Amino acid sequence: MKVMVPVKRVVDYNVKIRVRPDESGVELDGVKMSMNPFDEIAVEEAIRLREAGLASEVVAVSCGPEPCQETLRTALALGADRALLVETAQTLQPLAVARLLAAVCERESPGLVICGKQAIDDDANQTGQMLAARMGWAQATFASKLVLGDGCAEVTREVDGGLETISVQLPAVITTDLRLNEPRYATLPNIMKARKKPLDRVTPEELAVDVSPRLQVLRVSEPPKRRAGERVPDVATLVERLRNQAKVI
Amino acid sequence: MSVLVIAEHDNQRLRPVTLATIAAALQIEPSVEVLVAGSACSAAAEEAACLTGVSRVRCADASHYEHELAENLAALVVANAAGYSHLLAPASTFGKNLMPRVAALLDVAQLSDVSAIEAADTFVHPIYAGNALETVRCLDAVKVLTIRPTAFDAAVPGNSAAPVEHLPAGPDLALSRFVSRETSASDRPELGSARVVVSGGRGLGSADNFHAVLTPLAERLGAALGASRAAVDAGFVPNDWQVGQTGKIVAPELYVAVAISGAIQHLAGMKESRVIVAINKDPDAAIFQVADYGLVADLFDAVPELVDALAR
Ligand SMILES: Cc1cc2nc3c(=O)[nH]c(=O)nc-3n(C[C@H](O)[C@H](O)[C@H](O)COP(=O)(O)OP(=O)(O)OC[C@H]3O[C@@H](n4cnc5c(N)ncnc54)[C@H](O)[C@@H]3O)c2cc1C
Ligand SMILES: Nc1ncnc2c1ncn2[C@@H]1O[C@H](COP(=O)(O)O)[C@@H](O)[C@H]1O
Repeated sequence: MKVMVPVKRVVDYNVKIRVRPDESGVELDGVKMSMNPFDEIAVEEAIRLREAGLASEVVAVSCGPEPCQETLRTALALGADRALLVETAQTLQPLAVARLLAAVCERESPGLVICGKQAIDDDANQTGQMLAARMGWAQATFASKLVLGDGCAEVTREVDGGLETISVQLPAVITTDLRLNEPRYATLPNIMKARKKPLDRVTPEELAVDVSPRLQVLRVSEPPKRRAGERVPDVATLVERLRNQAKVI
Repeated sequence: MSVLVIAEHDNQRLRPVTLATIAAALQIEPSVEVLVAGSACSAAAEEAACLTGVSRVRCADASHYEHELAENLAALVVANAAGYSHLLAPASTFGKNLMPRVAALLDVAQLSDVSAIEAADTFVHPIYAGNALETVRCLDAVKVLTIRPTAFDAAVPGNSAAPVEHLPAGPDLALSRFVSRETSASDRPELGSARVVVSGGRGLGSADNFHAVLTPLAERLGAALGASRAAVDAGFVPNDWQVGQTGKIVAPELYVAVAISGAIQHLAGMKESRVIVAINKDPDAAIFQVADYGLVADLFDAVPELVDALAR
């Protein structure tokens, strides 16, 4: 079974982003970019399936501009077998990505797609569910455990109020939550080897997908800032303030 | 224009997040409709019918809607979506699972975590862990939104009941099947809607410490318990206690952060709280930059002392 892992290039999670003064967006010039952390978890899960003999091939796919190939090289260094860049300079919204990934699925026929649950830039949490819808496949979002069976997968999901286990028919789309696994680091030899692994390119036009945005961004602004309050010297003062100043207890 | 809210409920009662979503819907249109899909869910449908601003409830009652499986539910929503300009659900794990699927079936965009409604087609929502607010115009004919519950007051019961219409159930697509559910047992208030939240971080050191130290404080304050990702990853508490960008968003009257450093991913989940208290032994911890009251202290001294002081 082939496993496809969509990986997104995003601002590194350690970066404190800045909103552009003209409110046109977030400053991306000179900012460190990395693979979306949830996608590292997705790549790790796919590789473990292959290592366990349950998957035959792991294909990483990224949609976006040319530098996304760095993210794909990271996926290859972690152990993906080959990579596909859907190259476009157009800003991509989740529906467009899902439609591109659906077109790739038509070509590749994976038995399983493992996405991140959420990209930490747009915080959308949509693409995997949208891809499943476009393909008419089952979905298992927010996975914290995955057990492959015969033609199905049993997935434990992190939901409000606890954990839920469902069984989905394959092919299916699974989205990863934080507790699914702990991703490995790429070793130097594997980074070298990754350079020789195949990385193909395709364009949205070649996939016959219209990626025009459906959401028009009018403005990106700074949220209201919270100011640091008072340092209280002791517990007694804290309780006094909560009672008499904040009046919250 | 016509707005449909997809209710999250437990077949008996609507969840508080649904009430907030209806309130958001009422900012788009003065009256809205609600879809209640479930199994033996007429009590939840009746509750929705009695809310101010609800003009009609559409109820689909079938065993294959019992576990809110996205494939069946999305198909039901889409089959009944004709005529609506807006489809709304809470930005809970229920809504996040369902609404992108609905939108993609309709071939329209979905907007996540809407925190303000500027016009019928223009919405504000946080991106980058709440470090930026994006104002967006939806160009599609149908606007599919998930609503950040903490950004809207709950819809309230009214004097009259709207009609409840029974919808024929769609087929069971059988793409997925419910196996089991493990609810994190807690007699504390629900994290998402509690008036007071006490959260613990890595500094608690163990599950035993977490409960021994923080439960008395939570009891004293009538608070829900929450945690940082580090505390969850370390196995101190269940996964769904995680507050933050990729966990639960809370905005209580009072948030007490104990031994939490204040990473941006954590702040994303709690910085809309009215009053924030931080207890941390590191005077430079980032949490102090958002705290209304900061106490630099060892938690193992300060928290028991606080419990005593509150009893007096
Ligand atoms: C993709 C991604 C998503 C994430 N999502 C979330 C999220 O949703 N929520 C979240 O919380 N995090 C999230 N994180 C993790 C986040 O970046 C931080 O690592 C995490 O919040 C740290 O938890 P902490 O504050 O408990 O631990 P630490 O950062 O280790 O801080 C522990 C604090 O405890 C204090 N302390 C220790 N002992 C004591 C004591 N005895 N008395 C008083 N103080 C003490 C220390 O001074 C320190 O400030 C995410 C990270 C990534 C990459
Ligand atoms: N441009 C992209 N290229 C490849 N995968 C993507 C892209 N955007 C989103 N994804 C996948 O979809 C997941 C959820 O993203 P989002 O819906 O944007 O929060 C990510 O974790 C990726 O697995």
